Amino acid sequence: MKIDWFEKLRTYLQVLAFALAVATLQYAFMPERPYGPPVVYSLLIATITWAIIDIGREMFPSSAETGWPHGWPGILLVAGGIAAGYLLGTSIGDRFCAVFGWHAADIGNRENLARSSILITVLAGMAGTYYFYSSNKSAYLERKMTEAHRHANEARLKLLESQLEPHMLFNTLANLRALINTDPPRATAMLDRMIAYLRATLSASRQGTHPLRAEFERLQDYLELMTVRMGPRLRYTLDLPPELAEQPVPALLLQPLVENSITHGLEPKVDGGSITVQARREGAQLVLEVSDTGIGLDAGNGTPGGTGFGLAQVRERLATEYGAQAALNFVAAGAGGTRATITFPYQA
Amino acid sequence: MSSTTHPTALIAEDEPLLAQALQAELARAWPALQVLGVAGNGEAAMAQALALQPDVLFFDIRMPGVGGLEAAAALADVWPQDGPQGKPFPALVFVTAYDQYAVQAFEAQAVDYLLKPVQPERLQKTVAKVQLALAKRAPGAMNFEATLAQLRHLLAAPAAAPTAPSAPLRLLQASVGAAIRMVPVDEVLYFEAADKYVRVLTAEHEHLLRTPLKELLPQLDPQAFWQVHRGTVVRAEAIESVTRDEAGKLWLRLRGSPARLAVSRLYAHLFKAM
Repeated sequence: MKIDWFEKLRTYLQVLAFALAVATLQYAFMPERPYGPPVVYSLLIATITWAIIDIGREMFPSSAETGWPHGWPGILLVAGGIAAGYLLGTSIGDRFCAVFGWHAADIGNRENLARSSILITVLAGMAGTYYFYSSNKSAYLERKMTEAHRHANEARLKLLESQLEPHMLFNTLANLRALINTDPPRATAMLDRMIAYLRATLSASRQGTHPLRAEFERLQDYLELMTVRMGPRLRYTLDLPPELAEQPVPALLLQPLVENSITHGLEPKVDGGSITVQARREGAQLVLEVSDTGIGLDAGNGTPGGTGFGLAQVRERLATEYGAQAALNFVAAGAGGTRATITFPYQA
Repeated sequence: MSSTTHPTALIAEDEPLLAQALQAELARAWPALQVLGVAGNGEAAMAQALALQPDVLFFDIRMPGVGGLEAAAALADVWPQDGPQGKPFPALVFVTAYDQYAVQAFEAQAVDYLLKPVQPERLQKTVAKVQLALAKRAPGAMNFEATLAQLRHLLAAPAAAPTAPSAPLRLLQASVGAAIRMVPVDEVLYFEAADKYVRVLTAEHEHLLRTPLKELLPQLDPQAFWQVHRGTVVRAEAIESVTRDEAGKLWLRLRGSPARLAVSRLYAHLFKAM
């Protein structure tokens, strides 16, 4: 474990300032007594308490992330630190004061004094601990938040990168360029598909959900573009029952699955194959299924970019939208292909 | 032979429209060029190139099954060098949608490179270069060597990039049924690609790894292990002798193993008497 000693020193100085303030407050209420003893006691108790709690917390494995031990160990550490601080601090302080002869006048009043100093130690210890605990916690939360932000931004960028994958983009443009001369009406149709695809891709991150009908239209845009490129090597079926057309889905949820099927399943296969996207209702569940007859799971692992990013991304979106009510199942289907099945609650 | 008057070409491109477009652009840029055929994948391209023996190959880099680079490398290996009908190895032009191989580095070389969508002006340049190469192709062997060197470079480039700085692998974890067997890399005599797997051979045993050779290779110490074939990586110190058969092919004999390993033409440069 790595301890940031500079940080510790800063905390210690703050603790000392706090201890001096407590001693000064004590002196202000009892000006008839000397200022020296409370300062000595206060500094000793504070030093020991600080050392036990602040350095001790580093020894707990559970504090590695948040800086504080979880649950009982944390509370016991604070209680132990305050108790040890008081006992050790006062006994060292007693000796120290005896040397300077500061205690001579107080003999009769000892029990009273002890009670009030225990109270002061406990209150000051708790207040100090609480202060450091909460500043620590807010720093931790802030760190967490920037981290989460960074993750979200990275994911968004990666998603965009995977959807505007340069190979797909430039090959599509090359096809378009070829069509402009040979078959202008088809070129226009292809360009329209591409515009719709790009528009949907670029706005998907800002959009929550859209109807299943729109989802299937976007898939068709993409599959049509790929059909122009792959020719007879790609066949596809989109199966959306009309009664499910208005069901809301997270925008472009199925896109990464269809793309995976193409880039890892059908594109590497010499004969190509077919891809089927199907929506159906099973009781209270809406089931969306993407299956292909490509080269399957095992061989797909070897192709570049097959890092499971698409699947992870779909899982994450499902979890954010539906929590535990949604599931994504990915299996190698019969005849070498793959099948991804998504289930989430049907909206009545 | 008609090819002495009319240069011939073969196109390998899996996207039908792009193959057509390239053919049309070539007809404009180089009317004398006769396109003998269009192949839709690497394997078909290899077979057709061997059968038709064209002067120029236009190979798409990313194709289903065997890609353009691998197809060219495999073709170089089986190309009839010094036969009675031995024709020089074709000029190579790779076509790709996206530049992942630092195009500029190769523009001055024996192998050329085209980006999709193919621009007529750029194609014109390629045509001029190929025509020049075909015209002064007398010292064919030298040309072939340069082509081999470049293919080697291209094949190595994308794999080496992401995992360059890490330390060489010391231990292999081979699955044996449900168990995992630890195999020290120091004991390995050679690796052999087998479909999606890699066979690992030590003096006593044979193991199977699920990692493709392409991913394993960058993790091996390049001083200790040499790639001698598309699918073979051998411990250099284990090589006992290198012999050339009647067909001019190189074969390795290993210490501690009865295996005879073929050396691909691409890697024949590793073995030269001092």
